[in-house]
Amino acid sequence: MTIIQTARYDMAPDTIAIVGGVVLTEEGLVRADLVIEHGLITALGTDVVLPEGATVLEAKDCIVGPGFVDLHTHLREPGKEQAETIATGARAAALGGYTAVVAMPNTDPVLDSAFVVRAVLDLGAVSTCEVAVAGAITVGRKGESLAPIAELAKLGVQLFTDDGSGVQHGGVARRALDYCRGLGVTYAEHCEDNAIAAGGVVHEGEWSAKLGLPGQPASAEEAMVARDLLLAGELGARLHLLHLSTSGSVELVRQAKHAGINVTAEAAPHHFTLTDAALESYDAVFKVNPPLRPEHHVQAIIDGFADGTIDAVATDHAPHTPETKDLPFDEAPPGMLGLETAFSLTFERLVLGAKMSIEQLFAVMSMNPARIAGLDAASSRPYGHTPHGKPVAVGNVANLVVIDPEATWTVEGSSLASLAANTPYEGRTMHGAIRHTVLRGEPVVLEGKATR
Amino acid sequence: MNKPHLLSINDLGRDGIVEVLNVAESFAEVERRTMKKVPALKGKVVATLFFEESTRTRLSFETAAKRLSADVLSLSVASSSVKKGESLKDTLKTIEALGIDAVIIRHRSSGAPLQASRWLEDISVINAGDGWHEHPSQGLLDAFTVRQAWAGDLNVDPKETGAELFEGKRIVIVGDIAHSRVARSETLAYKALGADVVLCAPATLLPKDSVNWGVEVTHDLDAELGSADLVSVLRLQAERGGGECVPSLREFNADFAMTEKRMGALKAGARVTHPGPMVRGVEIASEVADDPRCLVTTQVTNGVAVRMAVLYLLLTGGGTQELEGGGK
Repeated sequence: MTIIQTARYDMAPDTIAIVGGVVLTEEGLVRADLVIEHGLITALGTDVVLPEGATVLEAKDCIVGPGFVDLHTHLREPGKEQAETIATGARAAALGGYTAVVAMPNTDPVLDSAFVVRAVLDLGAVSTCEVAVAGAITVGRKGESLAPIAELAKLGVQLFTDDGSGVQHGGVARRALDYCRGLGVTYAEHCEDNAIAAGGVVHEGEWSAKLGLPGQPASAEEAMVARDLLLAGELGARLHLLHLSTSGSVELVRQAKHAGINVTAEAAPHHFTLTDAALESYDAVFKVNPPLRPEHHVQAIIDGFADGTIDAVATDHAPHTPETKDLPFDEAPPGMLGLETAFSLTFERLVLGAKMSIEQLFAVMSMNPARIAGLDAASSRPYGHTPHGKPVAVGNVANLVVIDPEATWTVEGSSLASLAANTPYEGRTMHGAIRHTVLRGEPVVLEGKATR
Repeated sequence: MNKPHLLSINDLGRDGIVEVLNVAESFAEVERRTMKKVPALKGKVVATLFFEESTRTRLSFETAAKRLSADVLSLSVASSSVKKGESLKDTLKTIEALGIDAVIIRHRSSGAPLQASRWLEDISVINAGDGWHEHPSQGLLDAFTVRQAWAGDLNVDPKETGAELFEGKRIVIVGDIAHSRVARSETLAYKALGADVVLCAPATLLPKDSVNWGVEVTHDLDAELGSADLVSVLRLQAERGGGECVPSLREFNADFAMTEKRMGALKAGARVTHPGPMVRGVEIASEVADDPRCLVTTQVTNGVAVRMAVLYLLLTGGGTQELEGGGK
């Protein structure tokens, strides 16, 4: 535990206690109080003695569990700091119950060099959420020559993706998968075959036809899912599939897992809570890539979570300034905010709506993504992180979230911590809220408010 | 309170369409007078805002507005701040600040006029064609033109027929349906009026979901000719990617163009329309374009009366007093 001595813990009070809640432990959900000293959980139970002077976090009627981990966050810094910065994105993450996020590489400059990755990790280290980096697979995300994957892996980068677009050339994808396999890091794909997508800005179907918007078929995603599964199976490489959105993709992954291919998959809350019927308004706040799909695809995503085909909820948090979203639909950039609404949406749709357990919610929002991102164990790399996604236990670093399943709140884009306000859920009443978030023993969110 | 808009044929419904067609008949009479102007929209300001080049639609709308005595502001995108990077929203806000009553918008992006209607407080928005989506005034003037022709065949006043003449009629829309805003507006208008609509195109030029539009879908034009009451011929939208959807213009022409031979296969009394601009020799043969059964020039003439009706109904709510009191 030498890592606990680093300067990162300066913000944590000496002692805090979380009292009155139900805690997700290795034995499941149990009623317990817990004490955290110098960032570590030191006592857990119903009979713990609260140390004098401890900062007390009330958790009555709430659930205490490991902080969430987002596999897919666009923090926009460097390059688009008007839409989001690492600091504001990390604050939004903390308010959403996240203690770690993986920053996507489609920044400007692209996260394809050690120099830029170090800068992002440096800024992340002082923010209210641990920031890991997904490095680009190819230089400039151009899909041509491989980025310095080994050099970035030495900085602790565990996921590599050209997210924002898929690697179009099958030969480049195969070489990158193979190279990643040798380094023990994970190749993650944004599945979209550009030639099949043919410039479509919405899902091809009823609504693209009615609205006269260029559509992209589900097969544009599924073709690349199938290609990558074949390549990963052949090479024995580890593959992670980003933001799956179609029934065919879910079925392909389901079969691949049965066949023993080393694949994991994520899906975004908007793909299991919204359909392309929302496009009727031509409001570009509903423009996202992959696009919103019809109900049967939405249901397939939910089924994919229910049977474990989809491993993780990932936000694809994509802030955009108002002026870029106030454009004609086909000209506006794709993407929507997600960090602060992901928990409530997952709770509503998968727990209340699809009968998933709270333990399963923590599996898809914390344990599984932490494992996929390699954030489940402490890192000894120069830009190390603390372990995330572990059941609450004495001796663990206190990366925790306290959720209130009974609370309701109303989404208001302008009140969200993100600099941008492009939430597709404006005005919607949400069930379930984040009450506290604790990062390495520091309450970064207290009673639903960011503390710094 | 937001003013009424015309963004889609769906904004009107059958009764609304018939109302436009009937009011347009009255304006068509005005057009036959020596003094073609009526004071119906005196004091109103109408702006045309065309982000895509167009000759006939813009001229048609501006002529219509002027015949109703409205003041017309014509914003040319080429010479405006749009070229300097101003957003659609800001351009609209600027026009709004000039105090206008209606704005007529053409834009290459589907949905732009609907977005404009959300961004503007108290201005009627008229869609003059948005991307692949709709071109409602074209759909209306096409319906007006064929109703007039059919009424003429029976020697009855079109106004007295309402939507009757469309009942049971078989209308074939042929060509690049996928990239055509006219196809969507015509389909909605003709269906609302009670006609049976057949969409005819190669599979790659049909919107993927059009089989669920309550229309028949076919790839065989020749099989339709004997039963069609109207063939609406659409251009191949090369600038919107239509050209890549067929192997060659030659092949498109062979199966989907209205040729002289196909004119011969039409049943008696059948008509042909084309929203223009025509590409003679591609989707329509010269002989067909110049055939009296082809209504293309009548469509252009009628465009003014129909657009007068649209402007009049949107901006006055349709009280007939001002119309009847028009100049002689």
